[in-house]
Amino acid sequence: MELPSGLKYSREHEWVRVEGNIAVIGITDFAQSELGDVVYVELPEVGTEVEANNTFGVVESVKAVSDLFAPVTGVVLEANTTLEDQPELVNSEPYEDGWMIRVEMKDESELNDLLEADSYRAYTEEEGG
Amino acid sequence: MTNSEQELRRTSLYETHKASGAKMVPFAGYEMPVQYTGVIEEHNAVREAAGLFDVSHMGEFEARGKEAGAFIHKMVTNNVLRLEVGGVLYAAMCRTEGGIVDDLTVYRLDEERYMAVVNAANIEKDWEWMASHHAEDCEFENVSEQTGLLALQGPKAEPILAKLIPGGGDLAAIPYYGARYKNLAGCEVLVSRTGYTGEDGFELYCKSADAPALWEALMSEGEGEGLKPCGLGARDTLRTEMKYALYGNDIDESTHPLEAGLGWVVRYKAGDFIGREKLLALRAEGVKRKLVGFEMVDRGIPRHGAPILIDGEAAGEVTSGTMSPSLGKAIGIGYVPASNAEEGAALEIDIRGKARRAQIVKTPFYKKTETE
Repeated sequence: MELPSGLKYSREHEWVRVEGNIAVIGITDFAQSELGDVVYVELPEVGTEVEANNTFGVVESVKAVSDLFAPVTGVVLEANTTLEDQPELVNSEPYEDGWMIRVEMKDESELNDLLEADSYRAYTEEEGG
Repeated sequence: MTNSEQELRRTSLYETHKASGAKMVPFAGYEMPVQYTGVIEEHNAVREAAGLFDVSHMGEFEARGKEAGAFIHKMVTNNVLRLEVGGVLYAAMCRTEGGIVDDLTVYRLDEERYMAVVNAANIEKDWEWMASHHAEDCEFENVSEQTGLLALQGPKAEPILAKLIPGGGDLAAIPYYGARYKNLAGCEVLVSRTGYTGEDGFELYCKSADAPALWEALMSEGEGEGLKPCGLGARDTLRTEMKYALYGNDIDESTHPLEAGLGWVVRYKAGDFIGREKLLALRAEGVKRKLVGFEMVDRGIPRHGAPILIDGEAAGEVTSGTMSPSLGKAIGIGYVPASNAEEGAALEIDIRGKARRAQIVKTPFYKKTETE
């Protein structure tokens, strides 16, 4: 499982790349592998307010529908519309071209609730049983 | 481990699946492979080359004796009396009031020996229902436990299977919906040209204990031909593209064969069967709703249970839906009022509270000739 060390991770299996007061958000390698072939992604429109621990969109594999949970609160600056036509990027490049939204953070202290790569790995190992 | 996990049953291929890297999920009381490498890859393997499925969880009942044919005939909607030895038919089994107990295939294995193949989730229910009607002069046995079942499906199925039989086994002589006993890899196997994918292929009934050896033999002969092990995920996308009904999703006891598009397996003139009177009445009355196939016009994937809207009003429900790997489109199946079931009719599907446009299309969704 690939887990870049510069990122923050949520217990709902999203990652966050912090760029100043902006959070770039996607789902982790663990999440995409559990989901299987991603065939549909639904993301919020630019300007939407997302709230930490609330759903901001949906990712669907062939078999299952899963909610996406915002790791931080803020306003959506950009959504990765490439995923409308190429949802498989979530599988092949979860941390790069498979990113989902860019959010202007309202409260950067929320980042403290997120996990570092090592503790997220331990968390997935526990969860994966 | 929770109780429900402890109660899950396993087929004789469980260890083979684990060793092949399958992701196992609970299905119909069994722990079954949902995928090996990925649903789309497995789906495409079946459309383009071949796929091998373990469907040993399916149930098999055998009826033997003078009255065996008449007994099975009475239980199902299709004409079992016309079956010749080696013949197979698809049928529905109904309650007196027309509701579908199960959909099944019936084999005539010998002059006085028949086999009914039923859905795993319905084994107990079907057994009780059938056993409660069974004739004196006929032995009726549930052989599900000792029977293994593999499905080898795809355009390469026949050449792969032929490699397991010295001289090729004259598989071409087995017609669609026909079955013959063959010796494969040292195992006695009932080779049936049937399936649930829309591709040519075989369903292979063997002794449960022989299934792993048969699986290994097929995989090693088939790998060079592009054969892949396939899970229930691909089985579902393949059958949905063909609009083959899945019991528990598209049909159940609250639906009858006529509205489910299974009128073609109801034979009224061949003698009495349970539900016949009710189905005749329903036919005379005219069917009120129909199971149709539709394609999404807007984005979104229709899923089981999503409301179907016509002119903004709830008019039915999606029974199956998926992103079709072969068509690259989101497709669905559902019941709509018969007055609005025409090809081309506009529908909306309520997906997470948003009405999204869809259109009724001709089924099967997938047609072999279009892509060849």
